[in-house]
Amino acid sequence: MFVRIADGEGKRVVVLIDDAPFEGRQGDSVATVLLLAGKVGCRRSFVSGEPRGPYCMMGVCFECLVRVDGIDGLQACMIPIRPKMRIETSIARA
Amino acid sequence: MRQLSKIDDLKPVYDVAIVGAGPSGMAAAAAAAAYDLDVVVLDENPDIGGQIYRGLRTAPLDRCRMLGPTYTTGHQLIREFARTQSDYLPGAVVWMASPSLELGVSASGRSRVIRSRRIILATGAFERPFPIPGWTLPGVLTVGAAQCLLKSSGVAPMGRFALAGTGPLLWLFASQILSSGHAPVAILDTTPRSRHLWANAALPGFVTSKYFPAAVKLIRHVSAKIPVIRGVTMLAAEGRAAVSRVTYRRGERPSQSIDVDHLLLHQGVAPNAQLSIAAGCAIRWSESQACWHPGIDPWGETSIESISIAGDGAGILGAESASRSGRLCGLNAACKLGRIDPLARDRAAAPLRRELARFARGRRYIDMAFLPDRAFRVASADTLVCRCEEIRGRQITELLDTHGAIGPNQLKSFLRCGMGPCQGRECALTVTEMIAAHRGVSPAAVGSYRLRFPIKPITVAEFASLPQEHADLHAVVRM
Repeated sequence: MFVRIADGEGKRVVVLIDDAPFEGRQGDSVATVLLLAGKVGCRRSFVSGEPRGPYCMMGVCFECLVRVDGIDGLQACMIPIRPKMRIETSIARA
Repeated sequence: MRQLSKIDDLKPVYDVAIVGAGPSGMAAAAAAAAYDLDVVVLDENPDIGGQIYRGLRTAPLDRCRMLGPTYTTGHQLIREFARTQSDYLPGAVVWMASPSLELGVSASGRSRVIRSRRIILATGAFERPFPIPGWTLPGVLTVGAAQCLLKSSGVAPMGRFALAGTGPLLWLFASQILSSGHAPVAILDTTPRSRHLWANAALPGFVTSKYFPAAVKLIRHVSAKIPVIRGVTMLAAEGRAAVSRVTYRRGERPSQSIDVDHLLLHQGVAPNAQLSIAAGCAIRWSESQACWHPGIDPWGETSIESISIAGDGAGILGAESASRSGRLCGLNAACKLGRIDPLARDRAAAPLRRELARFARGRRYIDMAFLPDRAFRVASADTLVCRCEEIRGRQITELLDTHGAIGPNQLKSFLRCGMGPCQGRECALTVTEMIAAHRGVSPAAVGSYRLRFPIKPITVAEFASLPQEHADLHAVVRM
């Protein structure tokens, strides 16, 4: 699990992760809220179907691909969250 | 700095286009803008700072305290860049930088091609691949990834987690996470036991460098608080849906395991040269850093006219050197575009070069002491080399056995190795070193993957919506 250390007073931003509301903070990336929500695995490998999740957090590895507001294959670590954003992992969909 | 909110705000032409808003990009922009050049900085992150100063502009005080001076020292450069008249577009992925000085830029799902008179690539570095069994399991992240979480969101791993590998960043992160109150259960140190002896030749330069006192203090502080298991020669992450255990071995001793919720891996960084290689810049193999360095002259100029590289993108030197090399690129741009004469450029560059020489003194020891062991730079038979296409070490060696001399690009055709969405970022170095070892030649003789634009995936719709010129239409439409 990942936790937010009590620091700062970031503005609260509520997103939907696989239809469940989750409260993140302004400045969090989609991958950050996935890790905070305990979704360390967020997709399945295209080849073997093995679970994969955020690995590099800086746009290099392409492991954290998710569907955001209906658009597939986006790098979760590169997208800042916005209010009411719909985040769908492919592990939940399978 | 004029922060642009959308891609349409970009001008069609700039004097200088800089890719990357880390220390080298910000410094290059400050230097060029000081001579009234029309500058744009394009960066794919949501804010300036690059990886080293990620989130710094908005980080609350207690987070800054936790991350320490290597982080907060960036404030000065950020303020300097913010005072310039440069345009800055965040969230902008540059997927092309062509020898004819065109830049393909994508932001919020839309693309444009802009032009510039000079391009400065300030794309920094990314972490080396670390191919061990189980490195694709959810819950296995890089140390850099955990540091990103700490910098941008004040988020830390909870429960049982271990760090494994080698390199300055691993020790720095260990101390930062300690100040957050979250201690790892262990550090599995893969630095070869003989390495520090070998590196002794470079020790005098290191001891007299500014890195030395900080490094000694850091390693003492961390070693006193976290169990450090040295001389690790084998690592494997194990688990089903996520990592639950890390197994390690030290030489001939029996293997041991530690239960973990997270495993954080790191074995140094390598230049992020995707754009420069795809543009066609000449590269050479660096034996001391075991990675590719685009060739540059003392002004950062590559083999392609008017394209320069600033900072770690041409070889790992660290953030402080990166900002100086960025300034050199900016000064050179001002000279090449007729704002200052070569004499004035050289005069302004002299103090920067003295600082660069001073920083370089300590660097050689760091390179030697922390070069990851060969055993961790190549993959064992069962280990995934290409994470995207799931190609294992065995498949590569078998193909080399059956087909003789073969290069990285043939591996693509035979195995799809390196052809997934990461476009070889997580396997190129491993593949080159495995082929070199198998053929008994230098990696320089093997070469690397041929990279093509777009270097990051963009949608067909984005491509299709690019404005077409008459020549483009003529190429595909029968008239």
